[in-house]
Amino acid sequence: MELKDKLLSSYVAFENRVNTNSDVHEIRSEAFEKFEELGFPTRNLEAWKYTSLNSVLKQDYSLFPNKIAAIELADVKQFFIHEIDSYKVVFIDGKYSSFLSQTTHENYDVCLMSAALNKEKYKPVIEKYFNKIAKQDNLTSLNTAFATEGAYINIPKNTEVQKPIQIINFTTGSETATMLQPRNLIVVGENSQVQIIERHQSLTSNPVLTNIVTEIFADKASNVDYYKIQNDEITASLVDNSYIEQQSNSVVSVHTFSFGGNITRNNLNFYQKGEHIDSILKGITIIEGKQHVDHHTLVHHIEPNCESHQDYKGIFNERSTGVFNGKVIVEKEAQKTNAYQQNNNVLVSDRATINAKPQLEIFADDVKCSHGCTIGQLDDDALFYMQQRGIPQKEGKALLMFAFANTVLESVKIPEVKQRITKIIANKLGVNIGFDL
Amino acid sequence: MLKIENLNAEIDGKSILKGLNLEVKAGEVHAIMGPNGAGKSTMANVIAGKEEYEVTDGTIELNGEDISELAPEERAHNGVFLSFQYPVEIPGVSVTNFIKTAINESRKAQGLEEMPAKDMLKKIREKSELLEIDRKFLGRSLNEGFSGGEKKRNEIFQMAMLEPKLAILDETDSGLDIDALRIVANGVNKLKSKDNAVIVITHYQRLLDYIVPDFVHVLHDGKIVKTGNASLALELEAKGYDWIKQELV
Repeated sequence: MELKDKLLSSYVAFENRVNTNSDVHEIRSEAFEKFEELGFPTRNLEAWKYTSLNSVLKQDYSLFPNKIAAIELADVKQFFIHEIDSYKVVFIDGKYSSFLSQTTHENYDVCLMSAALNKEKYKPVIEKYFNKIAKQDNLTSLNTAFATEGAYINIPKNTEVQKPIQIINFTTGSETATMLQPRNLIVVGENSQVQIIERHQSLTSNPVLTNIVTEIFADKASNVDYYKIQNDEITASLVDNSYIEQQSNSVVSVHTFSFGGNITRNNLNFYQKGEHIDSILKGITIIEGKQHVDHHTLVHHIEPNCESHQDYKGIFNERSTGVFNGKVIVEKEAQKTNAYQQNNNVLVSDRATINAKPQLEIFADDVKCSHGCTIGQLDDDALFYMQQRGIPQKEGKALLMFAFANTVLESVKIPEVKQRITKIIANKLGVNIGFDL
Repeated sequence: MLKIENLNAEIDGKSILKGLNLEVKAGEVHAIMGPNGAGKSTMANVIAGKEEYEVTDGTIELNGEDISELAPEERAHNGVFLSFQYPVEIPGVSVTNFIKTAINESRKAQGLEEMPAKDMLKKIREKSELLEIDRKFLGRSLNEGFSGGEKKRNEIFQMAMLEPKLAILDETDSGLDIDALRIVANGVNKLKSKDNAVIVITHYQRLLDYIVPDFVHVLHDGKIVKTGNASLALELEAKGYDWIKQELV
C-alpha cells in the first residue's frame, strides 16, 4: 500500500486511541482533510523542485510502533551533550522515556505534549498557541493530523531557564522501518531565556522517516537559543518544519548542523510580529555519498526596525547534493529592516551538486538587505601552504573546512555543544584536530 | 645539502625552468637574483613540491635523497621550508594553533610524540621574542588582516619554530619597511648555523646588506647564467640585468 493510503486508512484506528472530543482534535481532523487533499509533496511543487521524497516514501513504515524497546543509558549516552547538566525530554520510537528524561514543572514546564494536550490546566496555553503559526502545507498538515507527542516547554515571563533542554528522539527500528511525527510546542514568556538542543537518532540501520513540527513563540524581549544536531544514520530521513513567531525586542537564533542522514529537509520559518527583533539562522552542512540536505528558510519582516542574519555554510563531497533556498520578505511597513543573508558552498568533488537560490521580496523602500552566495572549491594555494609547513593533505583539507565553517561555529554559545560539533566534524573528516577552534 | 641537476619544469605546458643547476652546502647562504619572469618563484615552488608544476627532467636531491617525487608535506618533514612571497590567510585558525599543528604533524611523521605543551609554550615565547612579535598577535587568525610586514615576520617566526635544514626565502623583503626588514634579517641570521642553509630570492640588494650571501646567482630564462660573490649583487643593483643578457648573446 502507498504510504499516503496507509496513513489515511490508519486514521480511524488513531482516533480510537485519542480524545476526539476536543478542540485539538478538531484541528487534527481539519489537518487530516488537508493532507488527504494535498498528499505528499512532489517535485512539481516549486518548493520541492530539488528534493524528491520518492525513494523515502516507498518504505513500508510502521506508523505507531507499540513495542517499547529497552535502551540502556550507556548505549545512548554519547548522543546526549552529557558533559553539562540539562533537562531532557527523550522519546523512544515516539514514546516518552521517563527513564532517560529529566523534566520539570517547578518554575516552568519542561514536559510532554501528550500531557499538555490532555490535561485541563494546560488548556489555555494549547488554545492560544497550538497550531497557530504552523503552515497548512502537506507535511505540516500530516504532522498536525497525527499530533500527540513531543516536547512541551512553557516558560513564564522574567525567567531564565538555568540549564539547557535536550530534546532527543531515538528510533530503535525494532519494527523494521519506522515513521515518527513528533510535535513540539515551545512558549517563552516576556523577558525570559532558554537554550534548547534537539537531536534525532536512529539506533539501527532500519529506515526511519521523521516528519517533525516545532512551534516556538518568543514573547517580548525573550531570548531563545536553539541547536539542531542532525547527525543521524544514513538510513534515516528527516523533514523538519519549524515555525517561530517573535515579539518586539526578542532574539531567536537557530543553528542547524547537518552531517548525517539520508534526505534531510529543513523548513525554517521566522515571523517577526514586533519591532527591534533579531532573527538569527545559521547552519553548517557537511555531507558525502548520496546524502541530500535541503535548507528552506523564510524570514518574514512585518514590522519596522528589525534585523535578520542568515549564514549557511555547505561542504559537499562525493555525489552529495545540497539545496539552499533563502526567502526574505520585507513588508511595506517594515522600514529600516536590516536583512543579511550569506550562503557559501564548497564542492569538494566534481560530482557534488548545490542548488542555491536567494529569494528577496522587498516592498519597503528604506531597508538594508544584503545577500551573498558563493560556490567554490577548496583553495589549492592554502592547501599547499599548509602542506609546506608539514601538515598532510587530509589534515590540511580538514583545517580549511573548519576555517570555512568557523563563522557559524564561533557563534555557538554553549561551549560543550561547540566542542561536540567540532568533534563530529573531525570524525567525519577522519582527522584528529588537536585544539579547540 | 641541496643538489639540483638539470631541472626542467613546466606549468600548463609552458616551460619555465630549463636546465637549472644549483648546489648548496650546509652552512651556506645563496642569493638568487634575476629579472621578473626569470623563474625564481617557480624554482622555490618546485623545490617545495607544488603540484601545479610538472618536473619534466632533472633531479632535486636533499642530503643525498631524491625528493622530487615526494609530497610537499614529506619535503617539509625532511627539512625544506619555503617562506611564501604571498602567505595565504586562514581564518579561524590562530597562529599558535597552526604552528602547534605543523610541529606536531612533523613530529608524528618522524615517529615522535607530540611536543609537551610546556616546551611548546616556551619555544613559542622564545621565538616570538626573537621576531619581536607580541602575544596578542599569536592569538589572531593566521595572516588574516595582517599587514605585509606582519605576514613576512610571521613566516620567519614559523621558520624559527620549525628549524628547517633548508630555508628558501621567496622575496621576503618585499613589502617590508626598513625596521621590519632589520627584524626579519636579524631573525634569519640568528637561526643560521653550520648545519643549515638558506636560499634568498630577491630583486634587491637591500636585504643582502643584512643577510650576507656566500654566493649570488643570476637566474635568467629558467637557468642560472652567472654566479659570483656578494659583490655581484652590488653590481646588479648599480647596472641592472641588461648587461648580463647582452653577455649571453
